[in-house]
Amino acid sequence: MDLTELVATKGEWLRGIGTEPDIVMSSRVRLARNLAMYPFLNRADDETRSEIEKTLRETVMECNFGAANSYVEVGRLDRLDRQFLVERQLISRELSESHGSRGVCFTEGEKVSLMINEEDHLRIQVFQSGFDLDSCWKQISRIDDQLEARVQYAFSEQLGYLTACPTNVGTGIRVSVLLHLPALVMTGEIKKVVHALQKISLTVRGLYGEGSQAMGDFYQISNQITLGRGEELLVRNVQEVVPRIITYERLARETLLKENRPTIHDKISRAFGTLRSAQSISSQETMDLLSSVRMGVSLGFIDDLSIPTVNELFLQTQPAHLQKLRRGSLDSKERNAARAGYLRQRLAPPAANDKT
Amino acid sequence: MKCDLCPKVATLHVTEIVDGEATERHLCEDCGHTYLENVASPPTEPVTSGGLSESELESLETLICPTCKLTFREFRSQGRLGCADCYTAFQGELVPLLENIHGETQHVGKFPKRTPDNSRRRFELARLRNELRTAVNEENYEQAARLRDEIHILEQDMGSLPDK
Repeated sequence: MDLTELVATKGEWLRGIGTEPDIVMSSRVRLARNLAMYPFLNRADDETRSEIEKTLRETVMECNFGAANSYVEVGRLDRLDRQFLVERQLISRELSESHGSRGVCFTEGEKVSLMINEEDHLRIQVFQSGFDLDSCWKQISRIDDQLEARVQYAFSEQLGYLTACPTNVGTGIRVSVLLHLPALVMTGEIKKVVHALQKISLTVRGLYGEGSQAMGDFYQISNQITLGRGEELLVRNVQEVVPRIITYERLARETLLKENRPTIHDKISRAFGTLRSAQSISSQETMDLLSSVRMGVSLGFIDDLSIPTVNELFLQTQPAHLQKLRRGSLDSKERNAARAGYLRQRLAPPAANDKT
Repeated sequence: MKCDLCPKVATLHVTEIVDGEATERHLCEDCGHTYLENVASPPTEPVTSGGLSESELESLETLICPTCKLTFREFRSQGRLGCADCYTAFQGELVPLLENIHGETQHVGKFPKRTPDNSRRRFELARLRNELRTAVNEENYEQAARLRDEIHILEQDMGSLPDK
């Protein structure tokens, strides 16, 4: 498929709707599965990988996941297109940089995506905008059932679904929520929150998963344990902490407003101002400033912008998205200028004169 | 596999044996450096950078999965297994590792619909027992009583079936 079709859209996890969308960006559930008949990927030669990819591709494209399916053979894409898919969270960096036959199937609207030949043969993921893990779990479980009716999974009575890495064995489930916590970062309380979560076996990562930094004040909270607890319980474990974190973030915002309103207002206004008029801007700086602007929209300091639009800006200013928008590759300098141009255009104040 | 102390990938895998008690540590390069610097008394046998004595390494060297030919040593350095049979081939070593990572070694939760009947019942039993433990921990005694009854019925059911 031509990935350019995706450029104009922003995908489920950025829709900015659902429960508490200003703090909870999205909810996600992922399942890891392997076929019983083949070795795991690090022992699979190119021919084996091709066989696995073909088998799973055919299986997956036969299924109905609620919307039209598209399939992309990631191995055949150039670097830019792979990066584009990573930015959209349709594939992981690992799938992008791996070798041999590999692909991704995703639905229209990008709520569901299935990676083939990443760390495991199959990685299914379901997104929901806002806070709704139950819906993600129900949907992914049905998808899992559909697939399992057609292929045989590697599974043992003692250890459950067998995965390449023992850290995923058992349920093979990763339950995550992506939260925007700018106030907790500003007050420094985020460190306490992270430590508290680690004590109850939850991991905290940046926007793009394993090993990434918390850019843009986005934090991804997930379960660490996958064995010895049922899926519903693991979902509940994450589900139960989220409202508490939301409360802390809201309290931190209130505190900042009460004790320091002029400073916050200034920070947000400067961020907005810079984004609206810069001639060259890096993606790091853009993420930092957009984070302030996003909080500003949520707190009512900025009127003519919505959360869904800010979410879209986070995505469209990413390097590969920018280059696809411009239909060509750009070097670092050109990208920074293109990014600034895009932001100026999107954030331009509404027409001042109403000629009636 | 992740470092015990930080989100980076673990590349150093150490088994500490103190007074006959073994503890396993998985550390990234940086945390590993710090750890190795702090290791106090010198071991009595010559030690490799993995923190294992030569003789221990030798016995691990011979541990290999018959199906995919992955050696246990390769697994420890890559953090990834080679096939479903590795879980059986390395069972002795994996069980304590899983205990370390997850705190448990028995799967409780979803299972494929193709699972034969008697296995399904065993699963159901494991799940119910797990829920019973949770209910008791949460002092939800009504729920616990209900679960206990369900377990009892299931055990009777299983007892009356021929073992397939």
